[in-house]
This record gives sequence, C-alpha cells and structure tokens, in this order.
Amino acid sequence: MSVVITQVFNGFSLGSILLFVAIGLAVTFGLMGVINMAHGELIMVGAYMTYVVQQIFAKYAPQSMGYYFFIAIPVAFFVSALLGWGLEKILIRHLYHRPLDSLLATWGVSLILQQIARTIFGAPNVAVLPPEWLDGGVRIAGVVFPYKRLFILVFVILSIFALYIYLTKTPAGRRIRAVTLNRDMASCLGISTRKVDAYAFAIGSGFAGLAGCALTLLGPIGPTIGTYYIVDAFMVVILGGVGKLIGTVLGAFGIGLVSTLMEYSTSATMAKVMMFALIIAFLQWKPSGLVSVKTRSLD
Amino acid sequence: MLSVQNVTAGYEQSVVLENVSINAQKGAVTAVLGRNGVGKTTLIKSIIGLIKPMAGKIEWEDEDITSLPPEERVRKGIGYVPQGREIFSTLTVEENLLLGFEALSKKVNPAQILAEIYELFPILKEMLHRKGGDLSGGQQQQLAIARALIGQPKLLLLDEPMEGIQPSIVQLIRDVIVKIAKEKMVGIVLVEHSLDLAFSCADYFYIFDRGTVVAQGRVSETNMNDIQQFLTV
Repeated sequence: MSVVITQVFNGFSLGSILLFVAIGLAVTFGLMGVINMAHGELIMVGAYMTYVVQQIFAKYAPQSMGYYFFIAIPVAFFVSALLGWGLEKILIRHLYHRPLDSLLATWGVSLILQQIARTIFGAPNVAVLPPEWLDGGVRIAGVVFPYKRLFILVFVILSIFALYIYLTKTPAGRRIRAVTLNRDMASCLGISTRKVDAYAFAIGSGFAGLAGCALTLLGPIGPTIGTYYIVDAFMVVILGGVGKLIGTVLGAFGIGLVSTLMEYSTSATMAKVMMFALIIAFLQWKPSGLVSVKTRSLD
Repeated sequence: MLSVQNVTAGYEQSVVLENVSINAQKGAVTAVLGRNGVGKTTLIKSIIGLIKPMAGKIEWEDEDITSLPPEERVRKGIGYVPQGREIFSTLTVEENLLLGFEALSKKVNPAQILAEIYELFPILKEMLHRKGGDLSGGQQQQLAIARALIGQPKLLLLDEPMEGIQPSIVQLIRDVIVKIAKEKMVGIVLVEHSLDLAFSCADYFYIFDRGTVVAQGRVSETNMNDIQQFLTV
C-alpha cells in the first residue's frame, strides 16, 4: 500500500515539475505559436536569480535567510519576463509565421544565454540552499512526503491558477486571448496587437522564471539546466493540446504519473523511451492532444 | 467626414479596386452596391486599414489616415463589422462585448453603454455567458454589430450584415442601422448586394463594377430601375 502511495506521490511530484517548466511555454507556444527554444534558458535565468538573491541575503541579511525565497520568486519572475519582453521586441516579432526561422534564432539565443551564464557564474553548477523550513517532511501512514516536493506542488497549482485568472478575468488577459484567436479582428476593435504580443511573451517568460526558482529546491543549478527541461516542456504542451491551459495540466500530471509507474517497473532510461513511444502513438490517434478546442464552426 | 480619394488597392499582385473615390457623411447611410467580387469588401478593408492601398488617400475628419494601423483608426471613431462576423468563437458573448470597449481611450460608464446595447439587441442579454461560437448566424451578427457600437464609433462600416440571415433579424438590423444613423448621427457605410434592401434604408449609394464606381447618387433622386442593369448577374 505504502509503495502505491509513494509512487503516486512521486508521479504527482514529477508532474508538478513538468507542469512548472511547461506553464510559460503554454503561453508562448500554446497561445502565441512561437517555437521558443530559449525557453529553457529563461528557466535557467530564474534559477540563477534565485541564487543571486540568496547570495545577497547571505551577505547582507543572514538573520532573515529563511525568507529569501519569497523575494526570489518575484525577482525571478520579473527578470525573466523583462528578458522575454526584450527578446520579443528585438527578435521574435520579426519571425512570427516563420516557425523554422524562429526555432533556429531562439536556439541561437539559448546558446548565447548559456554562455553568458557561464561567463558570470562559471561553468560548474552552483548550489542554492533551500530555506531551512523546507527541510524534512510530513509522515502519513508510514510514507514520508518531503516538504520541498509538497511546496513545489502547491507553488505550481497557485501559479497556474494565477495564470488562469489572469487570462480569463482581466482585461489584459482578454486582449491576449482575442489577439491569439483572431489578430486582424482584434486590431479592428482597437487593440494594439504589437503591445499585446510583447506583453504575452513577457508573461510566458516570467512563468519560466518561476519554474527556475522552483527547480533550485531540487538540486544544484548550472548553465545547461534549461536544456534538460526544454524537450519535456514542449512534450507536455503538445500532448495537452495547444492553446488550452487545462490540457497542459493534464498532460503534465499524465506524463508524471505514467513515467513514475514505468520507472518503477523498468529502468529510468527505458521508462523515458517508452514514454516517448506512448506519446507519439497517442498523437497519431489524437493529433490535437488531450484537450482540443471545440466550438460550433462559424456559419 | 470620410473621404476615400483615388484609391487603388488589392492583394499581392492583383489589383481589385482601381482609382475609387467615395464619401460618407455623418448621420447618413451610404450604400455600397455591386455584384460579388467587384471590390466592395476590399474597399471596406482599405478604409479600416487591413489592406494598405497601393495608391490614393483616405481622409477621416480632414486627417490623412492612409498609413495608420487599424487599431488607431478604430480609436479615432471608425467601427467595423466584417463580412462573416468574426466573433471570437471561444470567448463568451460578454467577453466579446467587453472587447468593444478597447476602442475607447477615455473613461466611460460601461453600464450605461451596455444598457443601450441590450435595448437594441435584447437577445444578447440572455446569451451573455454562452460561447460566441455557439450562437446562430443572426445572433452572431447582432453581437458583431453590438461589439462595434460599444466603441461609440462616429462611422460604422458594415460589410454585408444581412447576408444569410433570417428575415426577422434582417428587419431588426435594418431598423438599428436607421436608428443609430438618425438618432446618434453615426455615419454608416453599408455594403449590400440586395438593391431593395439598400434602397430601403440608405441616403446615398455607390455602385461598383469591376473595381470602379459605375454609378452614384442620392437614393431619393434615383429610380431603382435605372440602376438595376449594374446588379443583375
């Protein structure tokens, strides 16, 4: 029994990490259709920002070390968002509707960002010490649930909830949805589509930063941390169904649960291979992913 | 108020409109008539800014707007209801209506504007939480017109608003067009291919054929039979 609970919890925990790295991409790729290979590096930037904030706290305010994480969250979000905003303004805006070009160009950006990180922080990984109050775990029915994993789970649920509210309940979110649905008509209602593009891209990038912030809780971070997650992130968004947040959530937890299950019965490498095979087979069957947008066609 | 001067426009290499000049006045309905494929929609898209004219000039309230993007033209008081409605199908009716407020930069009282809209189109109030794409064609058309009217336009461009819609709603839309022109002094450019319908509500008309204006005048001074020849297929 405890084995089952542990595996399911591990599945949800992996799912929460996958969801985190995919949220930002659900906006930039899912809604806007930009293939942004530098998404992983925006995650990396968020992770290093957390490191920087921690270093600053260690030096100037060691007595309040326990709270550095709450400062790191907004810092990671805004620095990544600002970077994404600049990226959109300088590069991506010229590459809309040219997916191959934007794939290559953003891949180049990802290499540049990695090198910048190496130059500033050095090639070896750096360790971010999680706040002490996240050490340990809660023991229920003989199973230990680590606080860090629970924290990430709660953090990601709050983040996706915030994004959902932002997109559906605020005027800015409404503008983003209108532009992604029908760019010409949105501009004919007085919406500045260029501003909305830059804004939406910044939001997606900001969420990548949050993901980086969360990843620091799991282990050391390095310049290539983003490349570990970029493929998974795309996989989650595509499996979930492009353009729907709920699809991304289902995709992430689905992949999380199935791969933990397979890892338990085989090896980690084998599980990864089988997971990919399953996803490819699934997409052959349902090319639009788990959740597809259904409405009566305009007649 | 609106003055299209010697505009030539089209898509890629093909010229659809050639040297077209039309005017539209405040509080008047200007009908643009013609068979299919003569450039009526191209004209409307040029006025709203979705198509950049290859030559010519578009003036709005004595200002040259030829090179402005659509959003700026809309904020200057031009409303647009496209052919095919272009409702945001996955957004609710309410969200579609709220997007109409994007055209207004100054502070407005949304409740008052919405109340006026619901008075014109009562069906929309009942449908607020339905998805735009789930509405019938006639309901979508009302929504599209309502969405444009919320922006308080001084000029409203309507591209075949009665196309493929049941007669009772055609009547409703016709009445709304006349009402906003006379009561709110909104200028209206109405693209239509039914001569009867256009003449029942328009003040001026332009007839297009092969990308140019072939006849124009006041509806009150024109005999329908004289211009029928331009419209029969």
